[in-house]
Amino acid sequence: MIEARGLTKRYGDTLAVDDLSFTVEPGRVTGFLGPNGAGKTTTMRLILGLDRPTAGTVTVNGQPFTASLAPMRAVGALLDAKAVHGGRSARDHLLCLAQTNNLPARRVDEVLDLVGLSSVAGKRSRGFSLGMGQRLGIAAALLGDPAVLMFDEPVNGLDPEGILWIRTLIKRLAAEGRAVFVSSHLMSEMENTADHLIVIGKGRLIADCPMAGFLAQGSRAAVRVRTPDPERLAVLVTADGGTIRDDGDGRLVVAGLPPERIGDLAYENGVRLHELAAAQASLEQAFMELTGAAVEFRAGRQHADDDILTGSGV
Amino acid sequence: MTTTSMAPAAAGHPAPPRSAGRATLAGALRSEFTKIRSVRSTYWTLLAMLVIVIGVGALFSYGAAQNFSHIPPGAQAASRAHEIAQATQRSLFGLILGQLIIAVLGALTVTSEYSTGMIRTSLSVQPRRGVVFAAKALVFSAIALVAGLVASFASYFLGQAILSGQHINSTLGQPGVLRAVIGGGLFLAACGLLSYGLGALIRHTAGALTASFGLLFVLTILAGFLPQSWAVHIDKWVPFNAGGAIWENSSGVHIFSPWTGFAVFCGYAAVAVAAGLYRFRRDA
Repeated sequence: MIEARGLTKRYGDTLAVDDLSFTVEPGRVTGFLGPNGAGKTTTMRLILGLDRPTAGTVTVNGQPFTASLAPMRAVGALLDAKAVHGGRSARDHLLCLAQTNNLPARRVDEVLDLVGLSSVAGKRSRGFSLGMGQRLGIAAALLGDPAVLMFDEPVNGLDPEGILWIRTLIKRLAAEGRAVFVSSHLMSEMENTADHLIVIGKGRLIADCPMAGFLAQGSRAAVRVRTPDPERLAVLVTADGGTIRDDGDGRLVVAGLPPERIGDLAYENGVRLHELAAAQASLEQAFMELTGAAVEFRAGRQHADDDILTGSGV
Repeated sequence: MTTTSMAPAAAGHPAPPRSAGRATLAGALRSEFTKIRSVRSTYWTLLAMLVIVIGVGALFSYGAAQNFSHIPPGAQAASRAHEIAQATQRSLFGLILGQLIIAVLGALTVTSEYSTGMIRTSLSVQPRRGVVFAAKALVFSAIALVAGLVASFASYFLGQAILSGQHINSTLGQPGVLRAVIGGGLFLAACGLLSYGLGALIRHTAGALTASFGLLFVLTILAGFLPQSWAVHIDKWVPFNAGGAIWENSSGVHIFSPWTGFAVFCGYAAVAVAAGLYRFRRDA
């Protein structure tokens, strides 16, 4: 169990984490959502004691992680799969970690087997693919058979097979009674995995609720439209109670109307459509709806809409 | 810990015995030894140090023997005592370059953790930074001392074997000789530790090496340009002159005595290590 109370981290003028309080319970997957730069990684670093909070506290199983006598049994973390010495073999990497906590060497072979890296255990990790590196990081997190697991953007850059593998593993770890804390900047990644969501933006807590509650709360479906006559469509959509905005990529994003209604509106009024597609409602959009600060949120994020149009099923 | 009850063993992979799992200094030492023995740079660096220290010592000894053989036999007796007094230092002359190579290993021991990002992984499995820092320093020092003693003794024996052809060699039994040869190993270990501290302070390999080389090497050269009236006061405090006193025996009257000089040098290393520890504990 992880408990953060009033957790705050300031870097110079920037509040990276702003008065966060939340609890990560055992036996379930807690998704930690927020756009890039929202403070997710900083929060995880504070949990591990890699940074010191400016204010507030965070404990793991009732005590600060840095006070833990058996740290690897308390928390297994994968913050950055590239945080290894590439000149060391996978087995030696895991061995030197296991030795710090007096874990038996056979545990290294067990986790190598568990993540499917046994055949490359003697190879230097420099030559590993992204997916193999991620598996090595997960093997390290599992070494101590920990009560709490933390994964920072674990599926970033992985192929579909790797993503499925990690999702299955994460669910299994929670089913075994562990507290699993998984961050992501994409809603779609959490939908099939998380039982509970903690959502942050600009370092502040936006939502802390069960998965089902979050989906009901925000995240209406958005529709992606391309038309040679955007001005007329905007008038029609707005008149019909929808909202419309330009995503800057020659497309429009309509919220509040189903695709069928938009298609009908266009047909009835003779507006040509070149594209009409339901887009996965993303975390960013849910943010806008939840916070009502869309303009402020979009400022400074040139490619925000690339994320908004991320399709489902990834 | 009460928390372990929350972590049932995962199906298919049994939990480690409950007696294990504690993060101790002994564990940290084993871990740091695994780290240093499992990367190739350790072997290359140590091999380079041995080759250069021994090779340079042999070269200097060979040169001295050659020069001596060209002195007319009648005049040799007059300079033999001087040659013998120089014999130990000549065979150990490679330490001047060896100190720079062990400094590379000392810096890499800690800077490679930052350059690769490994430090974050290391500190997430053992959050007690003082333990990590001490274990690293102890393991590196032990390896540097063993390698340093091997280099020092090997270059001494090889050098003396070369000099003995002209009967201008020293023996370990002569006053100060054993101290100088053991001192060569101690000197290398202390150089490495100084660089380790700078590595922890600066966290970048290139920066740490620049600082080490500057302190150990460049400063020595610069000191040579000082006016004589300053030099007599400053020379002995130059790191190399202080540390080198333990294996050099002819560097002039205004140099510290061997053990005092070495203690001063260890003081410099201690300052670097303390500064490194201070930064090591601050953030990652």
